[in-house]
Parts: sequence; structure tokens; C-alpha cells
Amino acid sequence: MQTSSDHHTGIAPHQCGRCCTNIDKISVTLDRHPVIEDISLHLHCGELTTVVGPNGAGKSTLLRALLGEVPHTGSIHFLPVFGPGREDAPSIGYVPQSLDFDRFSPCSVCDLFAASASRFPVPLGCRGGVRQTALSALEAVEAGGLLDRKLGKLSGGELQRVLLALSLTPVPNLLLLDEPVSGIDLPGRELFYRTVSGLRRRFDLSILMVSHDLAGIASVSDRIVFLDRRVVCVGSPGEVLANRDFRHAFGLDLEDLS
Amino acid sequence: MSFLIDLLASLPFEWARYGFMRNALVAVALVSPLFGVMGTLVVNNRMAFFSDAIGHASLTGLGLGILLGLADPLLALVAFAMLLGIGILALHRFTRSAMDTIISLCMSFSVALGVVLLSRGGNFNRYSHYLIGDLLSITPREIGWLCLTAFLVGGGLLLCYNRILLVGLNESLARSRGVNTWWTQMFFVSSIVMVVTMNLSWVGLLIINSLLILPAAAARNIAGNTRQYVLFAMTTALASGICGLLISYYADTASGATIVLVAMGFYFLTLAAKALRQ
Repeated sequence: MQTSSDHHTGIAPHQCGRCCTNIDKISVTLDRHPVIEDISLHLHCGELTTVVGPNGAGKSTLLRALLGEVPHTGSIHFLPVFGPGREDAPSIGYVPQSLDFDRFSPCSVCDLFAASASRFPVPLGCRGGVRQTALSALEAVEAGGLLDRKLGKLSGGELQRVLLALSLTPVPNLLLLDEPVSGIDLPGRELFYRTVSGLRRRFDLSILMVSHDLAGIASVSDRIVFLDRRVVCVGSPGEVLANRDFRHAFGLDLEDLS
Repeated sequence: MSFLIDLLASLPFEWARYGFMRNALVAVALVSPLFGVMGTLVVNNRMAFFSDAIGHASLTGLGLGILLGLADPLLALVAFAMLLGIGILALHRFTRSAMDTIISLCMSFSVALGVVLLSRGGNFNRYSHYLIGDLLSITPREIGWLCLTAFLVGGGLLLCYNRILLVGLNESLARSRGVNTWWTQMFFVSSIVMVVTMNLSWVGLLIINSLLILPAAAARNIAGNTRQYVLFAMTTALASGICGLLISYYADTASGATIVLVAMGFYFLTLAAKALRQ
């Protein structure tokens, strides 16, 4: 994709590692109940951080706060070495949990890209430039053949890859994935993880992913954050999976006994 | 505009001799494509119930206009429908209640209030033409107004089509693409209100929503992308409008309702085409 080079000009991917998204003391209170409190995280380029936690732990709320959809205290800063992001507002790509949309809509994948990327009205047709950009973005996630398919006819895994490609056009500073593999079959999950894993290196992206899929995330994540309203523990997959609170929350300590 | 109407007079058909038929035909040809385009977005964004409520709310607007002694109740009609439309949107946003509950609530309220206002003194029958519509009484001056709204709303819709499409797909996704969802929805709701209220008196409030939804629903059956969707919807709306009007002339029936029946026919045709293809 042509945007990969202008994100970190002159630096080979994998060597940056310095620019950082700073999430500083984010708290969200809804109806006077604290949903998340004092979340502080540093996300480095080229790193995939996975947020896990029980239901109601505030994982999706954290993402929505980062997107600016719910009022929150605290701040999010992007410290760029190079690149287009302003310090106060990193550009954010977002892949929703499940696209709740009308399955019978005749909107095609190309229409979705055209509607997001330009103001030229989609009913007047997809223009060549948009088509080409969309195609190369899709090819980056092994979905080149889906360009002219209708959104409603895609499988769960295909749709997730299309949304991933969309969130990378243009390449953002920070990529948020909200339970991207829920509702995808096992081969689809593996393909999705493999793609995401490749992308983080190729585009030197900070990725923050919320997931329930404990089996899958251990191999793909650089870091895991165990969240239960506040950050309970952060560390490498090995560290977090060995954590007592974590094992207790997910019922893994019982398996040890049996 | 008048040139076009005069031109129709030279056609060798019986109906072309009547001024009211020529006016009606021009009005239909002008407005139905707009209904087609708007319908595609209304159906995509699941606003069909909303636009229906706006049509029914016009009853109250009409009642208020007459109560206030306005010479042309259209102004009160547009104002009240606009207020209700924005009210529904705001209620949905701030109470986080389900959209259909809020719409249902607002619709029952406004229909009841409208009937109460209009039935004062037992004269409801005087207003029944608003229920059924009267396309044949449309005047060239009204056509001028229709033309202006069609141009403004149609142009605005085209400019904002991408954003409305994204908001309809997923609000969070739209927001992450830099779309201001609140203003997009406000614009869309205002456009629906304008189109529904301006055309109410000739289509009739009982069926105006069908005219909005049916062409888009028919187009959906056969369209493979957004471009075809809009194109088919506009064509279906235009074809149903003109065929329906001419049939209503020869069959001596209410034109709005006849147009809707023809559109329904197109819907079943496309449904059959879809079934055959599979």
C-alpha cells in the first residue's frame, strides 16, 4: 500500500519502536458508576497489545473512550517520531466488534471504501483511484477478490478482513480492534491473527485489541493487559497467563487442580 | 417549467388535452426520482418507520396551522414535522431508548392530537383529501416549489450520500472515519421531513411512505452495488409515477394510490427476477 512509506519515511519497518501512544489515567463514569478507572498504558509502534478481562470489565468502554465516543477524564497522546499524527490526537483506525448492519443492503466492498475515502457521491460510481487504493488495501489482508462483492454476502471472517483493510486506509497511528474474531470459525481466526501480526510489522503500527479468545491471543500478542475496571496486570503473554488473579478470573486455576 | 407543460399539450393523447394532467405529469416526473434516491437511504438506515411517523405527524401540523388561522397550513405542517423529527432524534440520543418505541410514542401522540384538532366542530371530512391526496389539483406555482425543494434536497442528499451511508452502516465506524454523526443524521432527518411534507398534499399521508420505500425495496432485489441500487430505485419510482398517473386517468382512480400499486407491481417483478436468478 502506498501509504506505508509516508508513515515512517526512510526508516525500515521494525526499527522504529520509539514512537508511542500514551494513554494517561483514563477514567469513565456512566450514570455515576465508575466503568473504568485510571487506565494508563504505553503502546509502542510495531506492538500488539491485547486487552482481556471478564464481561463488564470495561474493555469496550476503554476503546470507546479512546475513540472519543464516551466522555472521559485523562488524556491520550501520540508521540510521533515521524508521521502525520498530531500529538494531541493520534489518527485512529477502528474495527468494530460486529458490524450491525442490514445484510440485504446492496452496498459493495468498493462502495464502502469509496464512501469512507472520498466525498464523491457513491451513486455516481467508484472512481478509478479509489478502486485502486481499495484493491491494494484488500490485497494486503488477503482479500483482493472481495472488491466487488456485496457486504451482506461476506462471511464473518471476510467482513472482518475488509474492515481491517478499511481501517488501514490511510494507515493510522493506532489501530483498535474490538473482539475482532468473535463469530469467526477457527481457520478464519488463524488467518485473521496471521494478517494482523504481519501488518504490525509491515506498517509499524500500535495495535490495541480486545479479545476473549485466550487460546489465540497468547501466540499473537506482544503484551497482554488484564483489565477489570482498572489495570490488574500487564506483561508478556507468559507473565499474564501465569498471574494468579488472571487464572482465577478465567477459571484456569481449577484446571490446575484437576 | 411552463414550456415543458405546454410541450406536453402537443402530445396526441386524450389526457394531454387537460391542463391538470399535464401539471400532474410534470410534478410526478420531477419528484419521483427524488423519492427513489431518498428511499435508498431511508431503507439502508432503517428509517422507514421514522418517515412513516413524519407523514402521520403532518396531521397535527395541519391542525395547528388551521387553529392559528394560517392561509396556507403548509408552513405549520413543515415546522411541526421538523420539530417532531428532531425531537425523535434527540430523545433517542439522550434517553438511549429503542428508536421504534420513541417513534411509536411520538406518532400516536401526534396523530391523536391532529385528529382532535381537526375534528373540532365535527368537520374532519373537510381534510380527508390530505389522507388520500389530490395530484390533479396541483398548480404550476406549486410545481415551482416542488422543483426548488427537489433541487435543494436532491443536491444536498447527493453531497452527503457517502456520510449518510456510513452512518447507516455503523455509527462508531462512521465516527472513526471523521463523520459527524449527529449533524449527518440531523441533515438526513430534515431532508426526509422536507420531502414528505412538501409532497403530502398530492400523495396523501396514508401512502406517502410506500412511495418512499417501495422503489428502493424493489431496487434492492436486483442491485449489486450502490450505484445500481440508486439508479434502479430512481427508474422504478419514475416508471411507477408516470404509469400510475396514466392508469389512474383511464381507470378514474386516486392517482397517489394507483402509483403505489404500480410500484408494488415492480417490487414483485424484481422479487421474481431475484428468485429466478438464484
